Formats: sequence, C-alpha cells, structure tokens
Amino acid sequence: MSIIIKDLHANVDGTPILKGLNLEIPKGQVHAIMGPNGSGKSTLSKVISGHEDYEVTGGSIIMDGEDVLDMDVDERSRAGIFLAFQYPMEIPGVSNANFIRAARQARLPDGEELDAVAYYKELYEKMDALGIDRQFTARAVNEGFSGGEKKRNEVLQMMMLDPNYCILDETDSGLDIDALKVVSNGVNMLRSEERGFLVITHYQRLLNYIKPDVVHVLYDGQIIKTGGPELALELEERGYDHIIKPLATA
Amino acid sequence: MSIIVTDPETLQDPTQQFNPPAWFQQKQSEAQVQYDDLAAPTRRVENWRFGNLKALDFSDYTNAPFSETEDFDMQITGLKEASGQFIFANDSLVHAESDLPEGVICLPLQDALEQHSDLVERYFMQNESKLGSAKYAALHAANTVSGLFVYVPKGVEVQHPIESYQIVSGDKCTIYPHTIVVAEEQAKVSVIEYFKSADEGQSLTIAVNELYAHKASQLSYISVQDLNLSSKMIMLSHSDADQDAQTRNLTLNVGGSWVRNEAFTHLKGKGSHADMLSLNIPSGTQEYDQRTYQHHGAAHTYSDLLYKNTLYGKAKTIFSGLIFVDEGAHYTDAYQTCRNLLMEDTTEANSMPGLQINADQVKCSHGSTSAAISDEEIFYLKARGIQPQKARQLIASGFSIEVLDRLKDEAIETLLLGYIEAKYASL
Repeated sequence: MSIIIKDLHANVDGTPILKGLNLEIPKGQVHAIMGPNGSGKSTLSKVISGHEDYEVTGGSIIMDGEDVLDMDVDERSRAGIFLAFQYPMEIPGVSNANFIRAARQARLPDGEELDAVAYYKELYEKMDALGIDRQFTARAVNEGFSGGEKKRNEVLQMMMLDPNYCILDETDSGLDIDALKVVSNGVNMLRSEERGFLVITHYQRLLNYIKPDVVHVLYDGQIIKTGGPELALELEERGYDHIIKPLATA
Repeated sequence: MSIIVTDPETLQDPTQQFNPPAWFQQKQSEAQVQYDDLAAPTRRVENWRFGNLKALDFSDYTNAPFSETEDFDMQITGLKEASGQFIFANDSLVHAESDLPEGVICLPLQDALEQHSDLVERYFMQNESKLGSAKYAALHAANTVSGLFVYVPKGVEVQHPIESYQIVSGDKCTIYPHTIVVAEEQAKVSVIEYFKSADEGQSLTIAVNELYAHKASQLSYISVQDLNLSSKMIMLSHSDADQDAQTRNLTLNVGGSWVRNEAFTHLKGKGSHADMLSLNIPSGTQEYDQRTYQHHGAAHTYSDLLYKNTLYGKAKTIFSGLIFVDEGAHYTDAYQTCRNLLMEDTTEANSMPGLQINADQVKCSHGSTSAAISDEEIFYLKARGIQPQKARQLIASGFSIEVLDRLKDEAIETLLLGYIEAKYASL
C-alpha cells in the first residue's frame, strides 16, 4: 500500500516545474522532501492534492492502485489524501467546528447524518490532545489565528479526518520552537503502520521532531538524491550546492 | 399580562365594519390626490439611478380582496418564544395572540385607530419620503387598512420579540401593511415582520414601517422578506432616535422578483445610536434595489450600516447610501459598508456610497466592495473533502453570518439562518 508517483511532469502558467519526478511513499513510513527555493516542493504538494492551477502534463500518481489524477480535489481528500497547508486559508463566518463537521459529513453516504454528540466528543478530545482551547470551535476558521494556531488547526483537521496519506507542506514555516514542538507531537501521534507521510520542508529543524525514515532531495523538478535521516543533517551542514554542483558539471 | 386570542373561525371581512376616525379618512383622501399629482420616477432622478422603472407599472394590480382563511394553508414557524404573534392575510387579521406587560398597546391598525385614535395620529405617516418613493408612500397612505401598532410606555420592557406576519395571496393583488412601533423613554421592544406569499400569484406589497425610539429606549425591527419569485415589494422604513436611544433595523431579502427598500434613520437626539443591517441573497433574475440615509441631526451620535449581498445567476442589486451630518452634529461617528459576493460572473452589483459632512470632529467611513468567491478558499474546503457545491454554500453562508453576529441574539440569529440556509438549499 503506497502512493507511487512516476515520471510526473507539471506546469504552472505554462512553465514546467516538475520534470519527471519519481517517488514512492509506502504506508507506515515518513518521507521527507528537502530542496532549495524554487525546486518544486510546494508544486508537488499542490499537484498531489489536485489544485487546478497546476497542470499535469505527464506521468502518473497511483494511490493503493487507484489513479489519483482522475479524481477531483474533494474526491482525493475523501479517498484518503490530506494536505496540511503552508498558508491555511481564513474562512470568515464559518466556525471551525462546522467546517470540520462538513468535512466529516462529506465522508458519509448520501442521506446519512453525522452523529453530532459523538462528533463533538471526539473533537474536544483531539483539541485537548493538541492543547487547543475550546473557544476555537466557535471561532471562524483560521481567522485571527496566530501562525502556530493555524498549523495546530491543520493537525487537528488531520486527526479528525483520519487520512491514509498526509502531505505536510512547509508546516514549520512561521513557527517558533514551542509551536513547532506542539505541531510535531501532533503529527507523531498520528504516525502508524496504516499511514504514510510526506514532509516537505526547507529546513532540517523540523526533522529533529518528526523523524523521517527516508529523505529525498528535490531540485529543478526532480528527485536527485535519496538517503536516510543522515542526508538531512548533511544538507544542514553543507547546504545543497555540494549535491547540485556535481550534477551540473556531470 | 393579557392574552388575547382571536379565533380565525369567527373572523369576518374587517373592512366591512371598519369605521376610521375623520382625520384618518381625510389623510387617506389627501394621499390619493398626492399620489395622482406626483410624477412617476424617471431615469433622471438620482434616487432611481440603475433602478428598474418598468417594475413600477402597477396599473393592472388591485387591492387584495378579503380571503377566507382556508386560502392560507401554510406553515407558520417563527420564534419559540414571542411576546406576541399577529397574522394578517391580504391585509386582514386572521390570528392574534399576545402576552404583554401592562400598558403596552399592541393592536392591529384598525383597532388602534378605533381605540387610540390620537396616539396613532401622532405617529402615522409623519415622515416625508426622501429617498425617491414619495409617490408610492402616498399610494400606501391612501390605501392602508392593516398592519400592527405597537406602543410601549415609559420604562417598560417587552421581553421577547413581537411577530407580525403579512401574507399575501391571489394574482395581481396589492397589500399595504403599515407598522408603527413606538418605544417611550427607557422602553425596550423588538418586532419581527415577515412578508410571505400563500400561493404563486404575482402580488405587490407596499409596506411602510415607522419606528420611534424615544429617549434612552431600545427599539429593534427586523423584516424577513420571503415572497414568491413573481412578487414585487416596496418597503419604506423610517426610524427616529431621540437622545441616547438605540435603534436597530435589519432587512433580510430572499424572495420576490423585484424589491425596493428605502431606509431612513434620523438620529435626532444627542448620543443616539443606530445599526442598519441588511442581508440579501438574490438569485435567478431577482432584483433588489436599496437606498439608505443616515441622518445625523445631533452631536455625539453613532450609526453603523452594514449591507451584504450574495448574488447568484443573473441577479442584480443596487445599493445607494448617504451619510448626512448636520451642522452642529459634532463628534458624530458614522459608518457605511456594502459588500457584494458575486457567486457567478453573470450577476450585477451596483454600489453608490455617499457622504456629506457639515460638522467638525466627525469620524466617518464609507466603502463598498464586490468580489467573486475566492478560488483559494474553495480549494481549501475541497482539499478537506467537502463537495464543491457545499464548499461554495459554506463560504457564502459564512459571508452572511457577519451581519447576523451583529444582532447578538441567538434566537433571532437561528431564525434568520434558517431562511438563509433554505435559500441556499433551493439553489
């Protein structure tokens, strides 16, 4: 059981960004993708989740045997893909509780109503686990939330939707060290044999808290190197250049 | 406390027995002359800019006939807790029920005219129409025989809202409901008026409401317009706020084919406060034309206007608002905001905000925005598995909720949300 990405090509506004990307994320593992700015990290997360501004021009994404590229954004989510946003949107007037409830309701068969009592019980338990104050249920989604609160809210949604594959897009950006610990703890609570993770990050720092099984280096739309957790430390120490430069001269 | 229940079985056509006071008869005949004399609006009239003048052809409409109650077989679901409930069908009372504190007068207009003629005379049609519909105000005055008269004496608080239903049936029929709410010094009262159709007939409602908030009183008036999609409506609202009084006016429009709302608020007394709110969800070919006036006539007055339109299909809205600050109305705070959410690119939202300030130390702002629903917000909701249609509906209803939040009244918010959700569900 895994997401298998083969020879993936994608354009943004007609410019090729992903140029033959290959990647396999099996359930039970945490894969990290690191790369310099502009290498295509965020594009990859948007393409997997199905954003319409990103045009797939070649290749395939297969999740547990199903063709992901054939599905609409919302279908992909219901099929088990979760994207934790780098910049979570603010939705004025829609309470956090109603938002998550709508997402849960969307997973039920037509005509079946979500059990509200059980839903709130579960929501409160998970908020408690993440140290989120109860008042956040009534507040509009992400409106006026601090950077840390927004990211914690992403993890709360992840917990409530119980996805098979989680993509974390620069979840560490804009977080201080305390918020980073809380968010990482939340992600670690969700690690299991039943779930795969793709952690996209610019900095090695996040990987001190969410320990990856495999680290990939993304550069110019392709995975150019794959290794163990030690690869992240190496990048932190020596930068990307010592990996990129030999390729350029080769 | 008094509880009055009128049994619909025993009702008779009230116009047959109605014996209005002389002043009222005279006022009605003068109004008829005025209506005949006044010219119909033209393109050149600023208050009708962008307006649909063709909608003003009422020549084949007649006053709604008295109807048997069987014609009004419809579900009435209002608030769980109300201090009064009055149901009018084609301008005749069909049901009355109230539980009000001692001294409160809450009567159908005809009964109020018979029992409290002087009091009604003091408040009936006392305000000149300044927003373009003087002719239709005259038509209303010449024809009105129905509506609710509410008078709350000094220091009395009416605990729950008083509900008034105006139900219309028949084709090419017109009703002229007239609502007067008077809150004496330090009194508190809230009225909700519903406008509904009992059938699919093309009806016309020409409604006037006059709200008088005397010193340090609190007066709230909410109108819920849920007419069928072939009906027209003109609603003219006037609020007066004396010293330290607070008025709150909310207009919800979900039904009707063409609706014209004119809302005039006069902050007459020092320290008075007015909230003017509106929530409109037109779809298909519905047109809502709204004109507002915030008249600051005294110092230290505050008004805040928030109108929100969510437009679908080929719907059209017009918002024209003026904040007018009199000479001497120093230290006025006045705000005016109109926001349009365009759900489809075939919609048309016109906004004409305006300011005229003749005083010093004034804080005023006015603004209008129109925006399509954000693709990134939709993407966020879809990325959580929410179906596209539902995602749009959630965002649209969130947009509306900001207006309801201003009410700070959970029961009324829930009531209005029901109408909003029913509208979204119908799209």
